[in-house]
Amino acid sequence: MEVCGTHTMAIARSGLKGLLPSWLELISGPGCPVCVTDASYLDQAMHLAGRVEAPVIATYGDMVRVPGRNGSLAEARARGASVEVVYSASKAVELAANHPDRQVVFLAVGFETTAPGTAMALARARRERLANFSVLVAHKLILPAMRALLAAGDVRIDGFLCPGHVSVIIGYGAYADLARDFHRPCVVAGFDPPQILAGVSAILDQLAAGEATAGSVYPSASAEGNPTAMKLLDEVFVPADATWRGIGVIPASGLVLREAWREFDAETRFDLPKIESHDPVGCRCGEVIRGLCRPWDCGLFGRRCTPRDAVGPCMVSSEGACSAAYKYDPARRFSRQ
Amino acid sequence: MVDKEHIQLAHGGGGELTAELIEGVILPALGGPQRPGRLTDAAIVPAGGVKFAFTTDSYVVRPLEFPGGDIGKLAVAGTVNDLSVMGAKPLAMSLALVIREGFEIALLGRLLESAGRTAREAGVSIVTGDTKVVEYGACDGLVINTSSIGLMHEKAALGFERVQTGDAILLSGPLGEHAMAVMSKRRGLSFTSELASDCASIAALSRSLLDRFGRDVHFMRDPTRGGLAAVLADLAEATGRGIEIREAAIPVNRAARAAAEMLGLDLLSAANEGKLVAVVAAEVAEQAVEVLARHDIAAHAAFVGVVGEPGDHPLVEMVTSIGGRRVVQRPYGEDLPRIC
Repeated sequence: MEVCGTHTMAIARSGLKGLLPSWLELISGPGCPVCVTDASYLDQAMHLAGRVEAPVIATYGDMVRVPGRNGSLAEARARGASVEVVYSASKAVELAANHPDRQVVFLAVGFETTAPGTAMALARARRERLANFSVLVAHKLILPAMRALLAAGDVRIDGFLCPGHVSVIIGYGAYADLARDFHRPCVVAGFDPPQILAGVSAILDQLAAGEATAGSVYPSASAEGNPTAMKLLDEVFVPADATWRGIGVIPASGLVLREAWREFDAETRFDLPKIESHDPVGCRCGEVIRGLCRPWDCGLFGRRCTPRDAVGPCMVSSEGACSAAYKYDPARRFSRQ
Repeated sequence: MVDKEHIQLAHGGGGELTAELIEGVILPALGGPQRPGRLTDAAIVPAGGVKFAFTTDSYVVRPLEFPGGDIGKLAVAGTVNDLSVMGAKPLAMSLALVIREGFEIALLGRLLESAGRTAREAGVSIVTGDTKVVEYGACDGLVINTSSIGLMHEKAALGFERVQTGDAILLSGPLGEHAMAVMSKRRGLSFTSELASDCASIAALSRSLLDRFGRDVHFMRDPTRGGLAAVLADLAEATGRGIEIREAAIPVNRAARAAAEMLGLDLLSAANEGKLVAVVAAEVAEQAVEVLARHDIAAHAAFVGVVGEPGDHPLVEMVTSIGGRRVVQRPYGEDLPRIC
């Protein structure tokens, strides 16, 4: 199983699956940040965008088309809401610095790759005393999800291809306990096809030798990761229980702001209501991200749910498994015509 | 569920939604004699035994000035290119401006000087125009529309209906330079290597091909909004034939590729403003590449794919650099707003 949206896309774009032997299957796990974010988060963002005197919603491009209960942020923007696509948290805080007259709320989603960026943006906001910047946090940690999947035991996973960028931050040593506890090889790989194949090959070597350790074929990932980034994360965030779409609550799997940084929490600042959200009828995104359901096995795939008219985030997100299958896999394109 | 009552930014992307808007709303509303649903870069207007080509385009690119060009240069080159790929030589051009109150006059001058220079280089005269000013907030800076009339090349016999199984697909150079240069400037990204728009007139490229190969040139298009992916999707759909391209054959600009990776964009659907896609008879493919490569702007011209057999569900597929296969799909349309 790969647990990284960038891997999902790289594999799909290179047509790699079609080249693998029939006894080897690469399945996608909960690696797409947008796909694993609970529907209620998007509805909270929409609620904010729709207010009188709404703040500017600064968001990664991927969130913009995810359909919530009342449409997407892109649709809200078309009706006049202030939604700005940013490529990094630093651009979001810069927006706030450049527009002191507007409140800016940054939709802070993503795994350990993007969380340090959010932390740095908050550090800047504090340093420059920006009263108009806040974050709606939905950062997630990948290891608890991997453990939860293995503990649930309803999907056959023989090894994990681990995310390159996340591992640069957390270090590949972070997977050692999981590898040992569940006896599954964990290998970090980068994102081009030769890297992915090298990672898969390393996993197969371990399986053949009956070993299960944490390793890496990605030069940028060291065993200990980036201690500066980890320290920054620890200063600003603390792990908390988090709801993963389709999986439910996983203990200590998300990040929330520490008390000392709570002034930047958008939920508090804007007194956001807790919103109960449900997945649309027939949508199996939750099962897809757990690897329980292949995209083309969902009844909506290719019919009611396509990239341009998506029901769930796995199809809308540029890193979603359904989007990858629909867009790039010739064999799947017409399995539903 | 997509909001179907209001225009979305994606409707201007040149992809699926744009096509739907045109076919589903605009053409039916205009009424009158309908062209069979094939949208082309310019219209052919017969008049007294002579065939003219006529085209129009509006330019809303933001930022107005970007590495390698500006909206003035783009407005002229883009329209010249639309005529060129239809097999026409531009004769005369109109240029209409919609300017927002408060716009800096010195900047306006600079942009129009650029337009004038580009027109002179392309051998077309700007003979008429219009100027409107709108109040602050009504439009974003400057919108330019150019329309142009041209004379069809005597040997031109271009169209979807001329494309055959086995035809070669040629590309005049690396993909996505314009889109990446604009997006990088827009997003405040900078690269150590030069990343400039490829904005240029491709009139000389199309003329060379027609002069030398005449009827063996079956189809031409400039891959602007929607990129190569949109052109190939149109081809597959209109001809009912599958298309196969090879990733390894596509020329690459390393800086553009790096930008695309950082921005999460696909070069296949990224806009180009100085490139030509030509579909030619298989037997002239290699010489055609050589003819193109003699031009500076097509120094890396390459043979990138073939037109396949007719089929019920014609797909555009790419053989990837590792030998896998993937579908190249028509872009949805909002990856890059305000790109041209």
